[in-house]
Amino acid sequence: MEIGLGHYLTVAAILFTLGMFGIFLNRKNVIVILMSIELMLLAVNINLVAFSAFLGDLVGQVFAMFVLTVAAAEAAVGLAILVVYFRNRGNIAVENINVMKG
Amino acid sequence: MALQAIAFYLFSAIVIGAAFLVISSRNPVHSVLFLILAFFNAAGLFVLLGAEFLAMILVVVYVGAVAVLFLFVVMMLDIDFVELRQGFLQYMPMGVVIGSIVLVELIFVLGAVTVAPEISAPAAFPVPPVSEQANTAALGQILYTDYVYFFQAAGMILLVAMIGAIVLTLRTREGVRRQKISEQVGRRRAEGVELVKVRPGDGI
Repeated sequence: MEIGLGHYLTVAAILFTLGMFGIFLNRKNVIVILMSIELMLLAVNINLVAFSAFLGDLVGQVFAMFVLTVAAAEAAVGLAILVVYFRNRGNIAVENINVMKG
Repeated sequence: MALQAIAFYLFSAIVIGAAFLVISSRNPVHSVLFLILAFFNAAGLFVLLGAEFLAMILVVVYVGAVAVLFLFVVMMLDIDFVELRQGFLQYMPMGVVIGSIVLVELIFVLGAVTVAPEISAPAAFPVPPVSEQANTAALGQILYTDYVYFFQAAGMILLVAMIGAIVLTLRTREGVRRQKISEQVGRRRAEGVELVKVRPGDGI
């Protein structure tokens, strides 16, 4: 059976939905929320690379690399904010983060 | 061709299963480990698509750096994860509703998508056949020429993220004794030595 573009897009769609589902499911645990965001970015990358491969254009892979860069930066800054928050408050419960609200 | 199909179904099944376990496992350490498994198998999918360089970057950057960073943070912070899981079932119905809506929408889009032949014909940078040029070389050839400004911008993003993470987490603790070399060197005789004239028989 031939593996076409649709197969890869289906995998990416399921992965994206799982990532979004994870955000709703673990609303209190901000670490798992960050992991879910990583999963969604991975799904986007699979889409980009699949289109790049099936349309025969390298630009999709270049763009996927930039998405990867942003994802790495986002994880680093997000976890740094998390560590600082934990140091100040002693927990990471997300519903208390509205203390920054003016 | 059959081998490719088997590999595709194996990799994608493991990716989806691992992703499900990431969001549903009780222990966040297990979540991180399943995230690593998902990244490895996504790298396998990338290899199947002929994007070897991105596959290796995924393993090096995600598994080697990001996932290990997650692991460090999960293990460093002393958190009661059982408490954080309260409300798991409370949010489940809404998550299922919204997740299924998005999935159905995506499936509709996938069912309707057709690539117009006139779009696919003139690729901006066509993928060279593997016998002529490797994927890494081809990627580097356009990344360092046509996309060099984007490449520099990506480097700038990483620099800003690095500085931001350091600035956020750096702290100066109170009450820690440190060696201050400038003060040691700048010490004068007057503040270090005190001459006391002691009269015989009196003591100080």
